[in-house]
Parts: sequence; C-alpha cells; structure tokens
Amino acid sequence: MADTTLSRRSFLRASGALGGLAAAGGAAAATDSLFGAGVARADAQPEERTVWGHCAINCPGRCALKFHVRDDEVRWVDTCTSPNADFDEPQPRACLRGRTYRRWMNSPDRVNYPLRRVGKRGEGRFERISWDEALDTIASELRRIIDAYGNESIYLSYATGVSATTARTLPRLMNCLGGYLAGYGDYSAMQMQRTIPLVQGMTGFYGSTLNAAEDAELILAFGTSPVETRQGGAVSHYDWVRLRERTKARIIYIDPRLSDSAMGRSGEWLPINPGTDAALVAAIGHELVRNDLIDKEFLDTYCVGFDEDTMPESARGQNRSYKDYLMGTGYDKVAKTPEWAAPITGVPAERIRELAAQVGSAKPLFVVQGWGPQRRSNGEMNCWAITMLPLLTGQVGLPGTSNGCREGTYSLGLRSIPAGDNPVKASIPVFLFTDAVEDGRRMTALNAGVQGAPKLDQSIKCILNYAGNCLTNQHGNINRAHDILADESKCEFIVVWETALTDSAKYADIVLPDLFRFEQPSMIAAGGDTAYLIAGQPCTTPKFERRSLYDCLADLARRLGVEEQFTEGKTQQEWIEELYEQSRAKDPELPSYAQIQNQGVYLRTNPRGCTIVHEAFRADPEANPLTTPSGKIEIYSETLAQIADAWELGPDDVIAPVPVYTPGFAETDIPTESYPLRCSGFHYRGRVHSSWGGVDVLKEVNPQELWINPSDARPRGIAAGDVVRVENDFGKVELLAKVTPRVVPGTVCMAQGAWHDADMYGDRVDRGGCINTLTTHRPSPLAKGNPQHSNICEVKKA
Amino acid sequence: MTHYAFHFDGSRCTGCKTCALACKDYHDLGLGAAFRKVYEVTLGDTTRQADGTFASTCASYPVSVACNHCADPACVRVCPTRAMGKDEATGLVAVDEGRCVGCGYCAMACPYGAPKVDRERGCSVKCDGCAERVERDLKPVCVEACPARALDFGSVEAMRKRGDHASIAPLPPPAHTRPSLFVKPSADARPAGDPAAAVVNPLEVI
Repeated sequence: MADTTLSRRSFLRASGALGGLAAAGGAAAATDSLFGAGVARADAQPEERTVWGHCAINCPGRCALKFHVRDDEVRWVDTCTSPNADFDEPQPRACLRGRTYRRWMNSPDRVNYPLRRVGKRGEGRFERISWDEALDTIASELRRIIDAYGNESIYLSYATGVSATTARTLPRLMNCLGGYLAGYGDYSAMQMQRTIPLVQGMTGFYGSTLNAAEDAELILAFGTSPVETRQGGAVSHYDWVRLRERTKARIIYIDPRLSDSAMGRSGEWLPINPGTDAALVAAIGHELVRNDLIDKEFLDTYCVGFDEDTMPESARGQNRSYKDYLMGTGYDKVAKTPEWAAPITGVPAERIRELAAQVGSAKPLFVVQGWGPQRRSNGEMNCWAITMLPLLTGQVGLPGTSNGCREGTYSLGLRSIPAGDNPVKASIPVFLFTDAVEDGRRMTALNAGVQGAPKLDQSIKCILNYAGNCLTNQHGNINRAHDILADESKCEFIVVWETALTDSAKYADIVLPDLFRFEQPSMIAAGGDTAYLIAGQPCTTPKFERRSLYDCLADLARRLGVEEQFTEGKTQQEWIEELYEQSRAKDPELPSYAQIQNQGVYLRTNPRGCTIVHEAFRADPEANPLTTPSGKIEIYSETLAQIADAWELGPDDVIAPVPVYTPGFAETDIPTESYPLRCSGFHYRGRVHSSWGGVDVLKEVNPQELWINPSDARPRGIAAGDVVRVENDFGKVELLAKVTPRVVPGTVCMAQGAWHDADMYGDRVDRGGCINTLTTHRPSPLAKGNPQHSNICEVKKA
Repeated sequence: MTHYAFHFDGSRCTGCKTCALACKDYHDLGLGAAFRKVYEVTLGDTTRQADGTFASTCASYPVSVACNHCADPACVRVCPTRAMGKDEATGLVAVDEGRCVGCGYCAMACPYGAPKVDRERGCSVKCDGCAERVERDLKPVCVEACPARALDFGSVEAMRKRGDHASIAPLPPPAHTRPSLFVKPSADARPAGDPAAAVVNPLEVI
C-alpha cells in the first residue's frame, strides 16, 4: 500500500493546510483547497481496476466483494453498495468480515506451499515440499488405502469453509475412483433437519421468509439472532432490521442471552434457561387448551395427533396424544401448568399466562426459531415443540404466519458441478466421524444412524478435508478427537486443503495451499428475502504456489488415471459457464453469461413479495398433501414411535412420538455441585464458525469472552476483563470475562468458533477459548447430531 | 458550500462494526488504529428471584461514532500549530500532517476521542469524512458499508431533519462542540450525561 498511503498523505496535507487557514479566517481559496486540481488520490489512479468476487464461507450470506486492484495487489475491498440505498434497495453488502479479507489473504500465516507434516499430529510442525511430491504422495496413499481397506475407508469430512458452484469437486474425484464414505447432515441444524421433515414434510424444514412477518400481530423469536448469524446487507441482518422497523407486530425474543438482535429494544427480551423451550411451549399449550383458545378445526383438518380425534390407529385409546401430554392425562401424567414450567424455564407463571393469552389472540402469529434450540442433547424434541405454537392456534399457511422453523429464503437455483454416483452406499451422521475412525465396524443403523447399509464394514483410514475445521476445532470434545486422530494406526492418512493453518490442518499429513474463491473464477447464489447471484473473476494472479482445488484435483486425477472422467476436458471457467447455461435453461430470466460476468451481481425480488410456508397445503390439503406418512402435519408421529422402539438408545436418549420436554443428557445438561453453571455457545459477529478466527483486526475488536451474569461473577471474584478458566470433565479453556446482565444467572455463554490454542502434548489448557474443548462427542438421540450448546461447567478466575 | 454531517440511526444499528472495519480497510489502518468505533452501553440487571424465575431491567444498545466534524471543534481550538483545520467549504475537519507536531492536544481535547496521535508518523490521525469520496458524490466508506442502513451522510440541514443533535449516552452533551452528528435514538437509548449509561465494551474500542 506504500504508494496509496503516500498519495493520501499528500492529499491530507493539501486540504489540511488550507483548512487550517480557513479556521484562522483566511478562507478565500478553501473550496479549491479541498477538491482542487493536482491533489493525488488513492482510488482514482488510472491503472486501478475493480473485480467482482464473492464471499464463499458458511454464513451463508456470500455477499458481493468488489476488489480495487492495482499492480496485481488488492488495495481495498468494497462491496455492492451505493450512496443512497435505504430499505427499498437490498444490496448484498459485505459485513465486517468480508471487509477484512486483505488481512487474511495477505496474512504472514497464510499457507503458500504444499506442506508435509514432520512433527506429531496436532503439533503443527511442517516442511515445505513440491507440488509434484505432494500429489505423488496423495495418489500413492489413496491407491494403497483403497487396495488395503476399500473405498468405504476414505472419508470426505464435513466442511463449510468454501461454497461455490464448482467448490465440491472432491466427491466427484472420489466417485471416479470407486466412491467414498459420505457423511450426511451437518453441524448447523442436524436435530431439526432430521425431525421436522418427518413431521411437517420436506417443505416444512424452513419457515416463511422474514418479510412475511411484516403482516403479523405478534412475532415470537426463539433462540435466534438473525442479525448475528447472517450479517450481510441482503440476508437476515438486513431483513430483520427492516422487518423490525416496518412491522407493527410486538416482538418477543425468547433467549438465555439478550442477543444483538434485541439490542436497543431490551424490553422485548424474555430471559429463559437454555434448552427449556419445550417446557415453556407445553405450559402455553396447557393454557391455550384450558382457556379454549386452540383452533380445533385446523388441528382436525391439517394435523394428526393433537387429541384422540386424530390419533393414528396404532396409538388410539392409549392417552398418547399431545393434549394428553399437556393436560397430564398421558405420558408422565403431569399437567404442564405455568407453575410446573416456571422453575424449569425461569419464566414466571404469570408471565407464561400472559404469553398464552397473547398467543391465543394474536392473528397473524409469526413464530420463528433459530438453530440454537435444536443444537442440544434434547434438540429434536425442543425444536419440534416450538413448532406446536402456530399449530395450536391455526397460524400456519396464512399471510403473516410461519411454521415455527427458521426463516426461509428466496433463492435462485444455480446448478453445481455434478458429483456422479457414489458406489459406496453407506453413510454416517457427520458428527460421528471420530467414532468411525476409532472403530467404524461397531456402527450400525440402529446404534449410530448409519444410512444406506445396515452397518459399516470398515473404519475410516483416510480423511480428505477441503476447507473445513471439523476435525477438531468445530467437532465435539476436542481432547478426545485429538487422541483419536493423533493415533496414526487408526486414520493412516489425512489431507487438508487450506488458506490458513487451522487447528484441523495441524492433523494433516499433507497440507495444500488453497486459493480463495475470489482468487479464481467462481459463481454462487444466495438470498434472504431477496435472491442474488454473484459471478467473480480472480482479483489477482495466484501468489506463491497456491492453486485452485479444481486444478489440483485435475492433476491428481491424471496421476490416478481418471483425468478425462474428472474434467470432461473442461477448465473450471468452462464448467462455471456450462453449469450457468444449464441453470439459465430452466430460468430464462437470468442474464446471459456474458452479461453476468460483466455486471458481477444480479438481484431478484421475490415475485410473490414473500414466501409463506405451507401456503398451498393450507389452501387445499387434499390436493397438496405433505410428504409425511399421513400427508398432514404430524403432532403424533408413528415414525418416531417406531424408531424409538427399534433403535438402541442410551440413558436420557429421549425420542418421543409427541414433542415432550426432556432435560437432556445428565452429563451435559443437569448442573451439579462441581459444575453448577450451564454453558451455551452462540454465533459471533467477528467470525463465521471458525472462519476469520485468525484475522488480527477482527480479533482485536471482537475479543473472545465468556458472558457471565454479575450474580455468578461476584461470588467468584470475577470482574470484567479478567482471564477466567472454564472447566468441566471434557477440558479446560481460558478466556476473558464479560460480566453482563445480558445473560441469565446460572448460564454462561461463549461464542463458538474461536481457534483452539492448546499444547496437546502438554497441559491441554485451551487458551484460545474454543467451546469445543468443553463439549461432548455424544450425539443427540435421533439425529445423532452435535449437542454443542448442552454443557455444564465451573468458572474460576485464572 | 455544503457543510456535511453524519446521521446515526440507533434504532437500526446492531453493533456489528462493519463501519469500523470497512473504514480500517479503506484507510489501510492496522492493529491499534481506528477512525470509527462502536460502543456498547448496557445497564440494569437480570436477576434470579426467590422462586427461581428471572426478572430483568436490562437495557443495551450500540452507538457507532467517528469524528463528528463539529461546528465548534475542540481539536481545532486547542491546536498550537494550526495543523487541525475545519474546511470552510465542506465543514470537514482534517489534520495537516506537515504542520502537525504530534503534541496530542487535539486527542485530549476532543470529547469524542476522535483524533489519535500516531507515534510512528509523528502526527495526529483521524477520520477526514472520506473527503475525496465525498467530492465524487460518494459517501464515506463506513456509511456505504452499513448492512443495516444505520448510517448516513449529507448536508447538515438534511441530516438534522432526520434526527436530534447527538445527545445520547455515552456521547457528551452536544453543546460542548456542536457536533455534525444527528441521531435517531433506539428505544433503550439514554440521554447524554446519564451516569448509569456506561460503556461496557472498553476492550472492543480502539
């Protein structure tokens, strides 16, 4: 930036000098002084060009980046913006993270060359090797492992660091080579995506778009912070701020934490104990029934299992309806009164009654939840329960309503590079990959959610990890993951493609230097209330020995004799064009390829204004049945009853056929004398999961902190800014204390995604403040998903 | 002649800091330097009552602020070398690095903490309102960056129509320097000078 800085300085000197004159009274030439000729400017030099690119990280805003480039160096990062855009003009404006890309792309810690591990796994000691040596090693190891253990032993780990239409090329390569063990699901919404489609059909996983709530009278937001999870200028950050301003609805935030979404409107915060949403819902449901505020006609027409009238044959006459659960005539035989729920939830009984009256009368009612309530050991039941509120009062499929799930998005269908067919039929829940490394042959459909086959025939012997940090940092129980991955007799070979030496990369045998998507041709679609797509070109030439994944895999495919199959003779750019043309054939309104390459960013407003989930089903349930077994919304699920009977479940593994409140696992959810506090994660504005976790200027103003209520901090002698140690049976972390009334007493909160920083061959104390040093590896009962918000701990001054 | 001002919509701001980091990128500021900052004000309490349920009086709101290019800038008043000046035409306050000796009076005098002394450069540095962008009919980088559309920039007259003179905590009362900053406060916002409305995120403010 030397010449830029210089020119700006001379500019400042010129304007400042005359400005000083002006202040002293000699103002004659002041106008000219500021904007006069001959003043050098940083961003108006003729050789500067701008290049469109996009964020590719799992936000998933994937906002527009406009690179100002001179001399093959990025000078600054602009975005899709204009001086006068208000709420009438959505623009995918990059958030604080996108605006700091220069600090990441030019970081001295960036991976620039292929590396081979020379220390133990997890130590982070590597040596530089050539691309030829790296690819030859990978090719020979892949051949050896496939020959010795079969294709089922090759695992492509769950990874979300990069998305684009040509980003997922590893499955394609492996399918050319006979297949691989796939993981299903994710670490984002595993409990919900396993449960909701079973009971609401495939269209029910996402709710209405946020702008549908403009027409609502009451908005209930359970465990969601739309402004923090997707921070861009045309996704939920913008959509939520606009909604807040436009709607006349009362908003109630139900959350253990006064999130940034509720800042400025704290009166709307309803503090609750984490993981107890189902109990609050049950008590509201109890009051709705008691006061005859339910929409019985809706429940009879559109749902099964609210009461005996619509119970399926297999469960009739057994007091197994949801109403039986609420009123205490079935299941645990406890009436779910507000007095029952108050000590569980921390919400006063009177407040619950008031809430029930509001829910009972509000039309339209818009219920939305984030993915916090489901990322728990009781997550399946907890997230499902929240979806009961709109059902009980018939507030589904109508203007101003949703279905209690996370907000939906309006998006453009952009085709991605085809993966081909995977000859290996077995797949595992992504969260169980360390179990499959340890001893995959113990894993079955009934004890570990193996799909596509009754059991695994082989353990994982090789992991290929492209742009992901789930080997350790984002996985549960990092100390255990370390022990499993550090044992080279188990997983024999690990390859990681990365831009930075993440904690997961430290476990690689070979690390390959990746290009950002904005350093290669790339295209992506995203959206919130508004849809958009971005076509990007490389902002600079590749620096050092960094290469695109596509080119790297094409070289690897050549070594393995499948180059033609893998590339079909096409470059990445040619794939992007072909995939785009295929998308355009289905959506002729899309601009031509030449045009989109030229304009970079294309936006489309939802032609229907907003999307209302279950609109067609509500209008005509006979003509538009759901994909559930009954074709209706299932409040009692026979499928879940069958799963609960058939599966091998552990203690506290609750899979009920109706959405009951269950406290979760004893070891992660019930505070003890040793670990009296609950500990929950949340999404942090300074990172997306662990991405950007190494960027200095972001860390500087977004410190990794433990939110602790003054009533919990005081007896522990903890003051704001102190270094505290958080400890439980899984591990120890250290971070700074944020003493704040924005979190409920008895619960501490820690933003997830901080970079694990521990000497794994020493004391293992994580001084990076990564919550997964404290989380369990035990999966939730049904989805076998990550219960990473279910934690208990003790906190001390370090 | 147009004197410019910022507008801050406290009902929209979510405290995300995109403004601050876009500014740092554009002005090429490294660690320890920032021309815009975002305060978190939090007050009240959230307690567990005898029956185990929660009660909260908590209020919390963000405030984003840079140099306010004041009508009566304290930094200009105290500058012994006349390096700090308010441009007659635009009202933007800037430092003449050639004249500045880095004494730091401006940093001490400004009630908003806008100027800072850059020890390496030996002079004061601060937000210049992105004067060169304004000349080209663009707005300051922070304004055009805001995903929540909480910042704006325009003539003092236009911005005044959209908000009160900056008089929310933790900012000082506007009478001190007559800042070119107009604010639409959030529901939680407290008046300037309210001693309970403390900045609770000192670690996040450069």
